[in-house]
Amino acid sequence: MSSETTAKIRLREVEKRFVSARGEDQIAVARLDLDIRAGEFVCLVGPSGCGKTTLINLMAGFEKPTTGEVIIDGKVATAPDPDHIMIFQDYGLYPWRTVLGNVLFGLQARKVPAAEAREKALATLELVGLSHAKDKHPHELSGGMKQRVSIARALAVEPSVLFMDEPFAALDAFTRLHLQDELLRIWNEKKPTVVFVTHDLDEAITLGERVVLMAPRPGRIQRILDVKLAHPRERTDHDFAVFRKQLFEEFHLVHRQAAEAAEYAI
Amino acid sequence: MRRLVEQFLLPVLTLAAFVLLWQWGARHYPPEQFPAPSDVVKAIKELSDNGVLWTNIGISLARFAAAYLLAVLVAIPLGLFLGRFTRCHRAIDPLIQVLRPISPIAWFPLAVLWFGIGNAPAVFIIFLAAFYPILLTTVSAVRAVPAVYLKVSSNFGAGPAMTFLRVIVPAAFPGIMVGLHIAVGTAWIHLVAGEMLGAQSGLGFMIIDARNFLRTDQIMAGMLLVGLLGLAIYKGMKLLEGVIGRRWGVAG
Repeated sequence: MSSETTAKIRLREVEKRFVSARGEDQIAVARLDLDIRAGEFVCLVGPSGCGKTTLINLMAGFEKPTTGEVIIDGKVATAPDPDHIMIFQDYGLYPWRTVLGNVLFGLQARKVPAAEAREKALATLELVGLSHAKDKHPHELSGGMKQRVSIARALAVEPSVLFMDEPFAALDAFTRLHLQDELLRIWNEKKPTVVFVTHDLDEAITLGERVVLMAPRPGRIQRILDVKLAHPRERTDHDFAVFRKQLFEEFHLVHRQAAEAAEYAI
Repeated sequence: MRRLVEQFLLPVLTLAAFVLLWQWGARHYPPEQFPAPSDVVKAIKELSDNGVLWTNIGISLARFAAAYLLAVLVAIPLGLFLGRFTRCHRAIDPLIQVLRPISPIAWFPLAVLWFGIGNAPAVFIIFLAAFYPILLTTVSAVRAVPAVYLKVSSNFGAGPAMTFLRVIVPAAFPGIMVGLHIAVGTAWIHLVAGEMLGAQSGLGFMIIDARNFLRTDQIMAGMLLVGLLGLAIYKGMKLLEGVIGRRWGVAG
């Protein structure tokens, strides 16, 4: 059996070009192939400009590839899909809705009957540990709590894929570590496919079963690292350090190349 | 204590000083030219006693409410539409930009020609004064709706109606509220102007009528009442804004 039949998400020679403000043709992502298994946790890391955010936007259907295709569950993905929910760094919560109201949004969009929707939303809030805050408005919550609400809102519609675009980047270090553990717990319970963009290498190794390191100019995959460590991972373990070292070395190489290329361009 | 002094005592003292200065200044002129505050108070009492004041206030408020409501009902839907459909906005914007700087007062001759004498021209002028601020702030409020709100909405598969009514409208609401606020001010200012020009009733007419009889005290009484009522409406609006802001989860 080939990997083509088992892959949940398949990127086939996906390329994204756009014209910059200065009128130059730029390649955000260059002819890229990647297969992601169902239920897999994949992290995309790389320096700024490596196209990781463009790539996740392409997968989530917010952008269309210039050439190539994104195939999810055997279908070409061309538009956002309620089965593949994106979680944003700035949460995207609706300030006029309460926490519960925000979690209900996706269910209302699906026209789930009110009583059933409410039950589901409350259960999901329970899952992320926010039952006590259900009647608060987003402006009353901390950043970490806001991101939990947005995760709950996503989980309420039971998506098979979660796309997460630097979801914890705006949080303080302690909250970030805590939410990483929470996310892993939820992932273990629900087993969605997770594509997680980050610029934090430690975060990538803590979370990802595979870490896809990307390089800029043009955006491409530099290396894919299989992190063969069982979850939950102890961030201070020897094995963790080994993977960390590998990734850091590769990352520095990418960084150096990018810096040299930039110098050359000037 | 300090707050009390700054928020309450100081303004009251300033006001008292102003009234005293006015009273003192008025002593040097005949009351037909420059009436004292005491004359104005007497004039208010006289107008109030014979009922003229209350009739005119009622008429003015009714005109104001009708014109303002009409402006809200036309400008908000139009603004929501133009904010949502950028192409239509681009097409119609130059026209708006040409019409907007024309003072509502300048429409007066045409308003009388079209609507005759009576309520209609005044209502039309107040309507125009409220219309543009509401329209323009609504358009920009809709256009300022964060992209991520729309991304979330489309991601969850919300249809166009749900996206419009349950995302764009509430997201734009605080911005629209600013326009409603500005419009109350401009509309109230133009109420007096509108009533001075054509109407046979209302606070604006009361001022003009007093001028015809050289009742300077009544002119000032009218002005003072316009100011006080404007302040009251402004405060009421503020209060409403606070309530809605809390309901909307934007104010603390």
